[in-house]
Amino acid sequence: MSILIVAEHDNASLNLATLNSVTAGVAIGGDIHLLVAGESCSAVADEASQVSGVSKVLLADSAAYTHALAENVSLLIAELGATYSHILATSTSNAKNILPRAAALLDVQAISDIIEVIDTDTFKRPIYAGNVIATVKSSDAIKVLIVRGTAFDAAAVGDGSASIEAVSGSHDAGKSSFVSEEVVKSDRPELTAAEIVISGGRGMGSGENFELLNGIADKLGAAIGASRAAVDAGFVPNDMQVGQTGKIVAPDLYIAVGISGAIQHLAGMKDSKVIVAINKDEDAPIFSVADYGLVADLFVALPELDAAL
Amino acid sequence: MKVLVAVKRVVDYNVKVRPKADGTGVDLANVKMSINPFCEIAVEEAVRLKEKGVAAEVVAVSIGAQQSQEQLRTALALGADRAILVLTDDVMEPLAIAKCLKAVCDSETPDIVLMGKQAIDGDNNQTGQMLGALTGYGQATFASEIAIDGDNASVIREVDGGLQTISVSLPAIVTSDLRLNEPRYASLPNIMKAKKKPLDTTTPADLGVDTSPRVTLLGVERPAERQAGIKVEDVAQLVDKLRNEAKVIS
Repeated sequence: MSILIVAEHDNASLNLATLNSVTAGVAIGGDIHLLVAGESCSAVADEASQVSGVSKVLLADSAAYTHALAENVSLLIAELGATYSHILATSTSNAKNILPRAAALLDVQAISDIIEVIDTDTFKRPIYAGNVIATVKSSDAIKVLIVRGTAFDAAAVGDGSASIEAVSGSHDAGKSSFVSEEVVKSDRPELTAAEIVISGGRGMGSGENFELLNGIADKLGAAIGASRAAVDAGFVPNDMQVGQTGKIVAPDLYIAVGISGAIQHLAGMKDSKVIVAINKDEDAPIFSVADYGLVADLFVALPELDAAL
Repeated sequence: MKVLVAVKRVVDYNVKVRPKADGTGVDLANVKMSINPFCEIAVEEAVRLKEKGVAAEVVAVSIGAQQSQEQLRTALALGADRAILVLTDDVMEPLAIAKCLKAVCDSETPDIVLMGKQAIDGDNNQTGQMLGALTGYGQATFASEIAIDGDNASVIREVDGGLQTISVSLPAIVTSDLRLNEPRYASLPNIMKAKKKPLDTTTPADLGVDTSPRVTLLGVERPAERQAGIKVEDVAQLVDKLRNEAKVIS
């Protein structure tokens, strides 16, 4: 077995989500190579070479890969990946954008969102918003797998000593170009990596009321999320969405505030270790998954919680 | 310009799906079926492009069993001009669906293909990207805003941590995210009119597509159920439990 893992990064540092795929790769077993495709990203390759379990880092440095445009990076993955038994990446928006395209170039049916490795060609994955777990077996010669990060621990960094090999040539399909990016800068941890997440739902009533979560999040070092209902209502941007069609999180502590607990929201957070629900409706479905439920008006409970921490 | 919009018939989003008792598959007997919500958003966007005068024709396409006609009629009622059903009773994986759509693109030569970012049954999020690979078109996935500017589409994409704007040359594949638009309801007169709009049927075999599956479903199971915990009396008790019982805060 030889496994190619596509690293997620911003050309400056390795995104830690990559480490979850390395653990999935170790579970499959075999020689693990990390592909770092970007521009002026040798610092990322250096970091990648320290990851435990990785034997080689492939560094593809080209202006065609600066913004990880799917048309270009998929051509690179299809070229390099043809000699591997498995191609993996953690389910970030970049990986979801690029890997299926690369899979189709290789005439492979990719498998999305794997949560468990049974053996080299058999995997478990959630379907129907996580209401059902399917066990699937691939008959393709190359397995293209998109890994749900929260289902695998992060590989250790620091004790690896992989060699770094430059990849020559570059693929520029010329189909699309990067225009701009609007990334929310925050001192808070990233949603999918945070140990504590506090999320607001439609019950928050407005975008301004989300500020009630700020003080608590600051004290707990928590990330702030939202339900799809809160996003649909325009309270907060979509990148805060936790759920089937948003981010999948599994923190040590998840605090759901004013969230009823629709199936599609539960799909995004039910693997959290401890779940707290604060809702004034005692029949809200969120209480059926909560370890600690508090039936209360959130506008009273949140200031109290802020003061108690 | 011509817009091709793909729609999928899926279990309605309000239905809580369960595995069959023998664990061989999902129990879909007598469940309500609907147009996939993301596909509905794609249809709405296609119709808006037509209403703005950007698109001249909107063609809806679906790959599936005979009943998928219902979802195509929904697309026609929302404003698509005609429809194509690629008729098959086989289980269709994203790659096979993308191959059928590629064949339809070859004959229809659309300027833009609008699709949902994922279907809420398989939750794969693959078909649009795969169609991009097979056609060689550029792609803009997870779109929250689309503006056509000559031979290019400027698309705002929902990405981790924020928004990204890219420009993609036409023809292109664009997949819809939640906030692209809010689909309209079909009016009764439009539902009646949709019944008279043309709907052609073809098959994967006619299109020369091999649909044999690459992935075998070995079984399905319910996820581990979470047990409901306890109700706390007030915030003080909650904080005490989190500190001293769960030990998740300090």
